[in-house]
Amino acid sequence: MFENLNERLERSFQILKGQGKITEINVAETLKDVRRALLDADVNFNIAKSFTNTVKEKALGQNVLTALKPNQLMVKIVHDELAELMGSTQVDINLQGKPAVILIAGLQGSGKTTFSGKLANLLKTKRSKNPLLVACDVYRPAAIDQLKVLGEQIGVPVFADIDSKNPVKIAQDAIKQAKANGNDLVIVDTAGRLAIDEEMMKEIEAVKKAIEPSEILFVVDSMTGQDAVNTAKEFNDRLDFDGVVLTKLDGDTRGGAALSIRSIVNKPIKFVGTGEKMEALDVFHPSRMADRILGMGDIVSLVERA
Amino acid sequence: AKTKDSVFKKLTRVVVGKSTVDDDVLDELEEVLISSDVGVDTTLKIIDRIQKRVADDKFLGASELNRILKEEIAGLLKESNKGDYEAFSIPKSDYPYVIMVVGVNGVGKTTTIGKLAYQFKKAGKKVTLGAADTFRAAAVDQLIIWSERVGVPIVDQGMGADPASVAFETLTQAKANGSDVVIIDTAGRLHNKINLMNELSKIKRVMDRVVPGAPHEILLVLDGSTGQNAFEQAKQFTLATEVNALAITKLDGTAKGGVVIGVSDQFKVPVKYIGIGEGMEDLQVFNRTEFVDSLFN
Ligand SMILES: Nc1nc2c(ncn2[C@@H]2O[C@H](COP(=O)(O)OP(=O)(O)OP(=O)(O)O)[C@@H](O)[C@H]2O)c(=O)[nH]1
Ligand SMILES: Nc1nc2c(ncn2[C@@H]2O[C@H](COP(=O)(O)OP(=O)(O)OP(=O)(O)O)[C@@H](O)[C@H]2O)c(=O)[nH]1
Ligand SMILES: [Mg+2]
Ligand SMILES: [Mg+2]
Repeated sequence: MFENLNERLERSFQILKGQGKITEINVAETLKDVRRALLDADVNFNIAKSFTNTVKEKALGQNVLTALKPNQLMVKIVHDELAELMGSTQVDINLQGKPAVILIAGLQGSGKTTFSGKLANLLKTKRSKNPLLVACDVYRPAAIDQLKVLGEQIGVPVFADIDSKNPVKIAQDAIKQAKANGNDLVIVDTAGRLAIDEEMMKEIEAVKKAIEPSEILFVVDSMTGQDAVNTAKEFNDRLDFDGVVLTKLDGDTRGGAALSIRSIVNKPIKFVGTGEKMEALDVFHPSRMADRILGMGDIVSLVERA
Repeated sequence: AKTKDSVFKKLTRVVVGKSTVDDDVLDELEEVLISSDVGVDTTLKIIDRIQKRVADDKFLGASELNRILKEEIAGLLKESNKGDYEAFSIPKSDYPYVIMVVGVNGVGKTTTIGKLAYQFKKAGKKVTLGAADTFRAAAVDQLIIWSERVGVPIVDQGMGADPASVAFETLTQAKANGSDVVIIDTAGRLHNKINLMNELSKIKRVMDRVVPGAPHEILLVLDGSTGQNAFEQAKQFTLATEVNALAITKLDGTAKGGVVIGVSDQFKVPVKYIGIGEGMEDLQVFNRTEFVDSLFN
């Protein structure tokens, strides 16, 4: 896929080459390829469309500076625009409150439980927090055991109530215990749920209401396709979350869902998951993500050769 | 998305009053297909086929277009699906019939195994499960709970055990207890991790020593909300294990799973099952016509 894209871009850049000004005609082919790259990367159809339109507007009529060839200028415009959309500054998580409460939400299998462990580990080791993990997934087989195993690995206590089927009560009880035991941070893992599952969405709204988290994080699989926008929008409408966690970025997905989510809910991506181990957590780098979505590493080197 | 107009409504709107399929119609179609994760290549392939038929048939109204569209998509799936599968049947000759389940992290492998076990048991088959995901936290516990829920035996060697050894032991015991079907769970792994993919080849190889020809079925599970990365998944898992069946999960959500059309077409692997929920009964045998219909609803 990458080779193809490169070839095509090289061809369309040839067309741009040697022309002093970017015009409707000489930009069309390049824009088509940019759009194609975005769609191949799973950027939402409509967002890819409006993105290429924006790029076109910015590009049209620009005089090519002496230092830059038209193709280089186009690449710069595309990259800058994408990086800006991804969020230009890093946003920290809110750890206010005694204890600070972080609620984790997302679809089935997106990586919530693993991320809960990773976040506890990070805040414990890097910010000297004393976290309590809370097992509010009362549905998935062995969900509680899974969180307990992770808690043990990182030396963080896990609050669970195997007899309870009531996540609201479990979360409330956990916060009580955290206060009593001096845990200054509570991370609440929840069951995976579909955005169209009304009952389950009501449940997580109720958990939010009961525990008033200082931070709600929406966890999403970076391999997600076009549906990312629907899901993110729905979760955001229900929970008004504070940030996004992008998981499984150690794979080879281009991760266009990140762009889609960013532009549809306008919430910052705060963390990325890069492996199954508890240490495999990174802060989000907007510019790197922009490069990845467009296969920009390749494109930039292409421009350098030009 | 569920809130969107159905494709047919949309297409009808653009087709009305026109005697031919023009660019508006094709643009609309492109949007629908790409929004269902069908992907650019497959979408172009479908549009191309439609344009050819339009050229042959000259005049085309909305309803004809709809029919042709469905036919062409179903056609892509048909080329690799020899016929839709009979409900949870296994070939008579292979006993025990061994299914190895593979896929990237969190797609629904273990849950699909629980559901399959339930269906095979319901069909009167004797099923044994093998807990060869010895890596992910509480993975063995999860499969044990499924085995209890369904009421079928499970072979496990605890967490951290060598997965190939678990597979070997499972097949040995299944042979001894006269099982009809064996289903082996494996740890989720991203297809770009060479060591983990090699491990999978090894787990597969070991089975043949106990039951010649095993595993008979290598079921790649794809998450229905996955985008274009599914192609790379299919490619790498096929290279490592010769995948010969697909299952698509989580189709009870808003995602359409359209990527599977291109995947099935390109790798000539049939789609066998779809997952439509988290419960024991939420697994169906793939039905091409229903699947194509669901893309447009
Ligand atoms: N490679 C990789 N695997 C990950 C990452 N994050 C999570 N996983 C794996 O993805 C799978 C699902 O992760 P979980 O943490 O169980 O996901 P979940 O959202 O809690 O799942 P449910 O509770 O069933 O909804 C597991 O196999 C994890 O090990 C990541 O960043 N990289
Ligand atoms: N809504 C829905 N959820 C599903 C379906 N299949 C599986 N799930 C859920 O997806 C999550 C992950 O399922 P698992 O079976 O643990 O996935 P896995 O591939 O075994 O995961 P790893 O072993 O960690 O790689 C669980 O919460 C399941 O309940 C489905 O068809 N629909
Ligand atoms: Mg979980
Ligand atoms: Mg599993």
